[in-house]
Amino acid sequence: MGEALALEGIGRAFGRTIALDGASCVVRAGTVHALLGENGAGKTTLMRIAFGMLTADSGSLRVQGAEVRFTSSREAIARGIGMVHQHFMLVPAMTVAENVALGGRGRVDRDAIAARIRSIGTESGLTLDPDAAVAQLPVGAQQRLEIVKALTHDARILILDEPTAVLSPKEAAELMGWLRRYADGGGTAVLITHKLRDAFSVADDITVLRRGRTVLSALRAELDEARVVRALIGDAPLTSPAPATRIFGMTAPPVLALRCVSYVDARGVTRLRDANVEVHAGEVLGVVGVEGAGQRELLRLLAGRLKPTSGRVERPDSVGFIPEDRLHDALIPALPLTENLLLAEAGRLRGLVDHAVAQARTRSVIEASDVRAEGPDTPAASLSGGNQQKFVVGRERQLAGAALVAENPTRGLDLRAAARVLEEIARPSGEPATAVVLHSSDLDEVLSVASRVVVCFNGTVREVPWPVDPTDRTPFTRAMTGTS
Amino acid sequence: MTDALLALWDGAFGSSYAVWSATLVRATPLLLVGLAVALAFRAGVLNIGAEGQLIVGAIAATVMALAFDGLPRVLMVPAMAIAGALAGASWAGIAAWLRRRFGVLEVISTIMLNFVALALVSWVVRGPLQEPSRIYPQSPTFGEAARWPFLISGQRLHLGFALGIVLAIASWFWLARTASGLRVRLVGASARAAESAGGVDVARTTFVVFLASGALAGLGGAAEVGGVTWALYEGLSPGYGYTAIAVALLARLDPRCVVASAILFGALDAGAAAMQRDAGVPAVIVQVFVAAVVLAVLAGTQLQSAARARTATVRAEEL
Repeated sequence: MGEALALEGIGRAFGRTIALDGASCVVRAGTVHALLGENGAGKTTLMRIAFGMLTADSGSLRVQGAEVRFTSSREAIARGIGMVHQHFMLVPAMTVAENVALGGRGRVDRDAIAARIRSIGTESGLTLDPDAAVAQLPVGAQQRLEIVKALTHDARILILDEPTAVLSPKEAAELMGWLRRYADGGGTAVLITHKLRDAFSVADDITVLRRGRTVLSALRAELDEARVVRALIGDAPLTSPAPATRIFGMTAPPVLALRCVSYVDARGVTRLRDANVEVHAGEVLGVVGVEGAGQRELLRLLAGRLKPTSGRVERPDSVGFIPEDRLHDALIPALPLTENLLLAEAGRLRGLVDHAVAQARTRSVIEASDVRAEGPDTPAASLSGGNQQKFVVGRERQLAGAALVAENPTRGLDLRAAARVLEEIARPSGEPATAVVLHSSDLDEVLSVASRVVVCFNGTVREVPWPVDPTDRTPFTRAMTGTS
Repeated sequence: MTDALLALWDGAFGSSYAVWSATLVRATPLLLVGLAVALAFRAGVLNIGAEGQLIVGAIAATVMALAFDGLPRVLMVPAMAIAGALAGASWAGIAAWLRRRFGVLEVISTIMLNFVALALVSWVVRGPLQEPSRIYPQSPTFGEAARWPFLISGQRLHLGFALGIVLAIASWFWLARTASGLRVRLVGASARAAESAGGVDVARTTFVVFLASGALAGLGGAAEVGGVTWALYEGLSPGYGYTAIAVALLARLDPRCVVASAILFGALDAGAAAMQRDAGVPAVIVQVFVAAVVLAVLAGTQLQSAARARTATVRAEEL
């Protein structure tokens, strides 16, 4: 079998953030290829480059063996590539046929389009009523429409971005079945996903991206789940043994605690079930888990950003929180640092705001956390990603000395900046020392600073004790895949 | 050409009458309504309905003036101002509630409410508030007590202007120095960050600002009937609510600058009338000029902030 699509040594940066750093992915014709990676690993960026939505800064792209350089999706479509985006690109007010006709040129021949949709329906099994309004279609049918749209453009290589995220389990199983048949019939599909189960159920080949690099690429038959998880979250050997547990006064009551806490989201899905967690002053509790295992909710419950559905949360009035998406959730890039400092306490402030005091406090955060910035009046946007994050860490520590919760704090940072940010987060400070909760999708990162580690799997939380050999990570990866 | 510009200047600033009885009088509603727009925009509330809020404010002040005819002036003037502000706030409150409850875009709801307000004023001046002879579509002329005091004897500049200056300073102080003003600015800059990092109640903040904005616009309407026309009629506002958007944007949404911006627009308005009369140049030319100025200022602001971001980035890299 020849290669259908090959991306080699692809690099791509967005401003200061490096999304792809020499990523490669070779897709054989007639196969389903799973592209795995945690949030922000670069999966979607890589495939958007293959689909011509983005251009690569470096590296090469081959389609059916021919070297190409796309400047728009139109060119990719002409080469037989189709992409189904995670968020559907449909016009709800229009009919199925009209949505298919969009993007064409010249006159619209309604009958011809309807006939084409019907013939694709019989060939591929993706049946749709051409006259149905898209807004009335269930999500599964909307996704079928997205695929049909690609097939009407004679796509021979289909890229699906997290296609099962919006589907019910039954619809997802149907889609996986369809993909298998599509590939067996000679089609080629790339499945972007973070769900191991999807990858293992349907893929022939698996490529794993981590931090913008390809860390694993192999036939599915040669892989097991634990190996893929290690690739997803990092399996470089630890250079130093795990730090000695810094637990002072375990007898004192915990600073943060969840007592039998469950959380059900707005869609009725139980995200966290009967979780029990304690965090004491002076320790760093590491939280690990594959995407969607419940750690997101766990962190927000501890930080007081979510209310539990049942159970009890014990926490100080204010808990410092470092959300994953700092540019949108933690900072207002256009405003000066002083106002970004005030931002964190804006909800609680009363009366007048003393700017001189706020400026002085901003200066002290800049100094204490070693933020490289001109001064308190510089807009946050002008700082580098690492310095922005150090500022956020310093700010949260200053406001809420007792407890700090951090979610993927090194995302999008280069290694040096990441190391500095981790150092800031884990640095013991205050009296009594801060209780820190750290989650990262990078296992190494968590293990390098945590005193204890809890693992989220499918909504349950349990502590995994340090193994006798501190460089051994199988207990953690097994807990993350539920195989222990 | 020079004739036209000289006429424009004379009409706006050429005499004490031009300054105190034309320019600043015309600037008064623009000042109050410009503040209303600036405040709303600072919180990210796109209140395009200041025109409607101004009209209902004028109606409410008229009702107050006519219904409580016997009140002494010291009570009547504040009562009219309060009635106007409350009516404007309520009118804005409809759109604010629709946004909060159903997520209706305020751009659409406020502009629609403008037309409702226009229809409302057409009805009241032909119905419940029509003058006793029932000939003209306007209210009876207010009694002495309901006419707002002049600031300078012999000139038409009235209390509304002083009120506008005080409120401009108060608005600036609120935004720049108080905690709730800080919340307003943060919500306007990034509602998402204000909510997630600061725990700011975004829905509540925008609701309050929306009402405050409506109150200022309504007060502008009350000041216009109480200080200038002394009666309610249909064409009361030649689109002050829309011009106020330009006033606010030209001031870059800074309440202090709204004062200067409103005076500039008032001067252009006063001067345009004089220019048409004395030099035969159509007053519309001034509107073309005004639109060009606003576009230039907005483009300039964009370019400037882009340049500032670039230099700041370079400096950060050097550090």
